[in-house]
Amino acid sequence: MASLRPSGDFRTSYGADTAIFDTAAARWACVLAVALFCVAPLVLDRYLLSLLIQIGYLGIAALGLNILVGFTGQISIGHAAFFGFGAFASAWISNNTPIPVFFAIPLAGVATTAVGMLFGVPAARLKGLYLAIATLAAQYILQDFFARAQWFSGGVAGTPAEPFTIAGFAFDGDESYFYVVLAYVVASYLLAANLMRKRDGRALVAVRDHYLSAEMMGINLTKYRTLSFGISSFFAGIGGALYAHYLGFVSVEGFTILFSIQFLAMIIIGGLGSVMGTLMGTAFMTLLPEVMEAITRLLSGTALEAALDLKGNISYLREMAIGMVIILFLIFEPDGLAHRWRQIKAYWKLYPFSY
Amino acid sequence: MDLTLLGQLLLNGVIVGTLYGVVAMCFVLIYKASQVVNFAQGEFLLIGAWVCWSMLTTYQIPFVWSFLITLVFMLVFGVLLQIVVLRPLIGEPVIAVIMVTIGLSIVFQALMKWMFGVFAQPFPPIFERDSVTIGALEVKTVYVMSMIVSVIIMAGFGYFFKATRLGLAMRATAFDQQVAQSMGVSIHQVFALSWAISAMVSAVAGVVIGIVSGVSSGLSFYGIKVFPAVILGGLDSIVGGVVGGIVIGVLENLAHYLDSQFLHWGNMIEIAPFYVLIVILMIKPYGLFGTRDIERV
Repeated sequence: MASLRPSGDFRTSYGADTAIFDTAAARWACVLAVALFCVAPLVLDRYLLSLLIQIGYLGIAALGLNILVGFTGQISIGHAAFFGFGAFASAWISNNTPIPVFFAIPLAGVATTAVGMLFGVPAARLKGLYLAIATLAAQYILQDFFARAQWFSGGVAGTPAEPFTIAGFAFDGDESYFYVVLAYVVASYLLAANLMRKRDGRALVAVRDHYLSAEMMGINLTKYRTLSFGISSFFAGIGGALYAHYLGFVSVEGFTILFSIQFLAMIIIGGLGSVMGTLMGTAFMTLLPEVMEAITRLLSGTALEAALDLKGNISYLREMAIGMVIILFLIFEPDGLAHRWRQIKAYWKLYPFSY
Repeated sequence: MDLTLLGQLLLNGVIVGTLYGVVAMCFVLIYKASQVVNFAQGEFLLIGAWVCWSMLTTYQIPFVWSFLITLVFMLVFGVLLQIVVLRPLIGEPVIAVIMVTIGLSIVFQALMKWMFGVFAQPFPPIFERDSVTIGALEVKTVYVMSMIVSVIIMAGFGYFFKATRLGLAMRATAFDQQVAQSMGVSIHQVFALSWAISAMVSAVAGVVIGIVSGVSSGLSFYGIKVFPAVILGGLDSIVGGVVGGIVIGVLENLAHYLDSQFLHWGNMIEIAPFYVLIVILMIKPYGLFGTRDIERV
């Protein structure tokens, strides 16, 4: 990895090695970015704002998946089902109990973790790809559960979700809900970045890199694999809950395996094992359909469009694009956008003497 | 109690189960040879069935020839897939390879939907007689054919691995890659071959299912149903794959019977195998025939 300091990284204290931000400039850039986002609802139009909100709640769920896949080296193919469970759980809690939405969202995260444990605990004690297969089963079982459990999800009719309220003020418009999502995004990304500086986070990375050495260093493999899966389901639940209260309605369709694979695509594109990369990958995947639609609009009326019937097949094209993006990134840019971004930064910083 | 229905469903279970067994065998073959968990197995069935279908209906080629063309196509397809997509990933972490197969699976699924539509297309009839009588049971000819094809494939696998040089090379590779390589086995060849065989045999299963119940994108779900089967049988056992496949086939039809007669939950035939999967992971994670993972350091 290219260093961002012209003369290389020479840390003189343990504190410097575990700092969240490498340089003071990076820290101020982050603070500035958050401040800029705070004024975003005042200047951006509805459409862009809704895209940003989407990136926000998907980004939180994707962050959970990245902790599982990127940091611990386990795969989950049922992330969308857990995301959906979080959405239904939060809607159910706020509809059926006196608990306000403000507390229902974290509670939904906890409930999702509990459900995740049901599927994850048998698999997480095994090495290899058993968790991938168990979560595949979870995906289908939960999807079936959503369609079946009338009392919980409203069955095929779906369920309404109350808007997010604090002390009587309802965050029911895009402009106000944006701040809720922003707060959650900042909190969860700080949480993840801090987790990675602590013993637990480093233990996860050790489990991924060499599980035998990790075990000999006194790391309990089963505990950390299960923990990582728990964290991942928790973030999925939070993301889902935010999604539910944003739309105000959760329907049983949509939490399919394709959506789960979309989450995988986000973290692969962003960079496995990169906290900030997750957000970049989520943005990429959210903007991809918009860009594809724009291209189809550009091509409309041409011979190519008529030959391929692009308009009628846009949904298949989108699916294919998700798959192609996964394959191409894994073959040509396995470290994702985060790596590319670091290289670009290093290039400018060190120009013309990059070595 | 409806005993005729039960008998019919059990027979169904065995027939579908043997097909699961065949697909599971192909899955285990790739897993053993190259340690890749192939999430695109179902798409092999789908592609094979569509290729054969379009040969039959669009180009009006007789069944035998279109079947052979399908086999050759899948051979080339399997080898190309291995060389173009999977070879660059040798040496990468296992999860990267898995995710590539997940990516492949949705690309092919969407491509097939794009090219052939989402509706099930029936195969033109191949047999003159619709059903034959075995003992007291009236059985559809396609089911008999499906059983015979599956058993031939399984016997063929057995012969290939026990008695041929290539089969021996593949077993050696599965046992220890480095040792096999030093004995003069070309690992690249073995990898390509295992993907090719897997693709070809899956395509046969795809064609058979297509003849039985029509070709549609639902075929790729067989690639998902294969997971309960291989987990039950043990991820790295070919025999286990066959046994697991049959057991899962019978179990899901039993679940369907219970559901339709007593429980009325609906959809159990689709979901029951996944409950089984979770239970097996809890009580016998390495399956019936799989090797337990024991490590000495």
